Amino acid sequence: MSGLIDQGVAERALARALAHGGRFAEVFAERRRGQTMAIDEQRIESVQAGAEEGAGVRVVEGNTTYFAHVDGLDPGDIERAADEAAAALRAERRAPRPLQAREATPLPIERRPEEVPAERKAELLRELDERARARGAEIAQFTASYAEARREVAVANSEGLFSGDDRTRVRIGAQAVARRDGTVETGAETLGAHRGFELLEDDPGQIAEQAATKALTLLDAVPAPSGSMPVVVGGGFGGVLFHEMTGHGLEADHIQKGASVYVGKLGERVAEPLLNAYDDGRLPGEWGSDAIDDEGQPTQKTQVIEDGRLTSYLYDHLTADRDGVASTGNGRRESFRHLPIPRMTNTYIAPGDATPEAIIAEVERGFYAVSFGGGQVDPATGDFVFGVSEGYLIEGGKVTRPCRGATLIGNCLEALAAIDAVGDDFFMKTGICGKGGQKVPVGTGQGHVRVRAMTVGGTER
Amino acid sequence: MSELSATARRAVEAAGEAGASDAEAYASREAGREVRVHGGEVESLTAATQSGVGVRAWIGHRVGYAYGTDLSEAGVRAIAARAAEAAAVADEDEFAAPPQPAGFEALPGLSDPSLAEWETARVAELALTVERTALESDPRLVGVEMAVYADSDEQVAIVSSAGVAGEYEASSCYAYLQALAEGEGARETGLGFGLARGPRGLDPEAIGAEGAERALSMIGAGKPQSRSCPVVLDETVAASFAGLIGGGLSAKAVQRGRSPFAGRLGEEVASEAFALFDDGRDPAGPGSAPFDAEGVPRRRTALIEGGRLCSYLYDTYTANREGTSSTGSASRQGYRSLPSVSTSNLVVAPGSLSSAELLAQAGEGVYVTDVAGLHSGVNPVTGVFSVGASGRMIRAGQLAEPVREFTIAGELGGMLSAVSAAGAEARWVPFGGSVSTPPLLVAEMAISGS
Repeated sequence: MSGLIDQGVAERALARALAHGGRFAEVFAERRRGQTMAIDEQRIESVQAGAEEGAGVRVVEGNTTYFAHVDGLDPGDIERAADEAAAALRAERRAPRPLQAREATPLPIERRPEEVPAERKAELLRELDERARARGAEIAQFTASYAEARREVAVANSEGLFSGDDRTRVRIGAQAVARRDGTVETGAETLGAHRGFELLEDDPGQIAEQAATKALTLLDAVPAPSGSMPVVVGGGFGGVLFHEMTGHGLEADHIQKGASVYVGKLGERVAEPLLNAYDDGRLPGEWGSDAIDDEGQPTQKTQVIEDGRLTSYLYDHLTADRDGVASTGNGRRESFRHLPIPRMTNTYIAPGDATPEAIIAEVERGFYAVSFGGGQVDPATGDFVFGVSEGYLIEGGKVTRPCRGATLIGNCLEALAAIDAVGDDFFMKTGICGKGGQKVPVGTGQGHVRVRAMTVGGTER
Repeated sequence: MSELSATARRAVEAAGEAGASDAEAYASREAGREVRVHGGEVESLTAATQSGVGVRAWIGHRVGYAYGTDLSEAGVRAIAARAAEAAAVADEDEFAAPPQPAGFEALPGLSDPSLAEWETARVAELALTVERTALESDPRLVGVEMAVYADSDEQVAIVSSAGVAGEYEASSCYAYLQALAEGEGARETGLGFGLARGPRGLDPEAIGAEGAERALSMIGAGKPQSRSCPVVLDETVAASFAGLIGGGLSAKAVQRGRSPFAGRLGEEVASEAFALFDDGRDPAGPGSAPFDAEGVPRRRTALIEGGRLCSYLYDTYTANREGTSSTGSASRQGYRSLPSVSTSNLVVAPGSLSSAELLAQAGEGVYVTDVAGLHSGVNPVTGVFSVGASGRMIRAGQLAEPVREFTIAGELGGMLSAVSAAGAEARWVPFGGSVSTPPLLVAEMAISGS
């Protein structure tokens, strides 16, 4: 259990949490350690180290969750959180079930980043800087960041669950600014995983070159077109499109509040039969993977779309309870200071059998969105918007000029149903997903995907 | 001296012992609560306490940072030592130096006693009233995704080896809801919100009614035709854009060539109808405090006035680089972050037109009530943007049918020059930081729809 809290302390806290009633109680303990640094103007700066620990206790009675969190992991701190969570309840004392320790095997970490000297990380950032600037004099600026974080967590609940996990993530990001006369463009790239420093042993400098190349390419960009047209979405981070337009709408809290366009669509055709999609919290080493979710449930692979039919929503403990199903291991929280809610882990469209070249060759005039700066969706209405960070025109079945300033907008159900080709060039990318004020690491993935028609909002006059 | 200041002082001393030539500690303690309601019931009730310290250590002109929650003697010592270790990794930067102490005036009115006086049951009732008001407003208002009340009371202390020493306490609260309306085969959402120093400053009925009205007004929305036309930005949308402009006026963005406003000091950057200030001492502003995140007095700074760019926003480091003074614009997200330049409260100056007059002046155009995708659809270096939007058509100077799924595009500089009028009534909005702004009329913008 990572040695965060011992069983006796957890049992006593759960008993106190249920002192005034409640059908469910949970103690979540966490220790977070992290280091970040950056390079800007060729100088190492913003070198930071953080260390936090604390606990969150929740009690559920009826449809109400009572939650309290405190800093510190002393038995007294945890009991204080339990007492505060229980303070507003007025029912009969309940007894928690005895805890049964359930070992989860954390994802393997070969080289603990905290054991790598900070100077080595600074060296890495200097290397990124050199690699980016070597792309040419038009690279006017370059910044890069390094972040490592370790989260040791332990969960105990009144149903007898007692489990823990030890998670280490490493991520680097690169951003280049290219300048030619009055034109300024940016390009960004990231590399991250639920792994140790071994992630960076291959050739991390590649991301600096990729970021620089993107910025340089955009110097020749024309304003993006406007209007409805076929859109080919690139692999990897292109999967953020599916994450936003479908993944969020499948999170069971949105479904149960009627705030999703996918309400009542289980078992129905929502896409062409060529589409299969998953949420998989167990992909080895992936950014969105963990051994257990933040409620102690082992993570799993959940098929959400099978041959175009909607097959599952994504559940945490409480929403699963309400629907009389099992949790899909999607109960996640940013930290002990937050309540768990249904969240995606690694969400992706499974590889199809078309080549990217063939998918593009069939488009007479369209838009090619290689990468996004981010996206946003209102799950209730299904309206979404994506900022394209790297995009091109498709003319006569060929990728022609780069475009700047494009946004894709549309409605989830229509756009999902309009996916008419899925590529075989599958890969995953990392993202940080925000929901309800909580940020969690998520993976997105796919091969090239074509949407029959989508609205491109450009700046072309 | 409070316990918090004593903790900060111990951290500064420990950093010195760990090899720092100078150090600064920022300690905070916060107690907060949050109530979420759904379907007439309390869905969750959160009680939170947190405290921590962040230490900035200098070794000559190298700077490092560390933070933590362990405020015991040994814990603080460990945090201070890690800050000094971090400084040793950073590169030398001749402008990195500890801020010098300056006297600051107390700022009364930051703390509202009603926060402590209102028991949890009473603020839960406030949130339930927000939801109920929306649900009872119209049969087409089919639900409320969530209604939330949250508050916090924060104490802050800052101490440095250069002689900076200060403390303050501030309270804040807010309530909002996301209402769901249904009609013509589609669902629409509407946001209503309010901010105050304490719960007595919130009007739950007004918040509920706003969310309901926004959702209901969108029923039957279609896509507008692509065009260039006058656009009225409501307060929430104007605030989001003001926040982007405020970001571009940060001296850090300017000095590093990542701002569309770089090199334009004294130049005409906006129409005369658009004036922008940063005011860190307005008692109504959620971002107000007697001093900023590194102990420099907060103040009011004119940013754009008479159409001209008057000033950027500086913290101590960016001011050192230009040989000027800090504008008291260092901010941080609590003890977990290094201070960096940011707006405190942005204030867009109100004009003289009522909302009806603003629409009348627009004539034929679009009233934008919501934008989406600002974090991805705006290039902060160039100011070029293309964001998703929804709102209402303006026909013959009146609000007409709702529209959605379109984008508005342009670049920030062009937009500022095209602002032709500001409304007379401003409102505090929690978007784009903390912004007080009236609705704005932009003479021409590109709309991309069908």
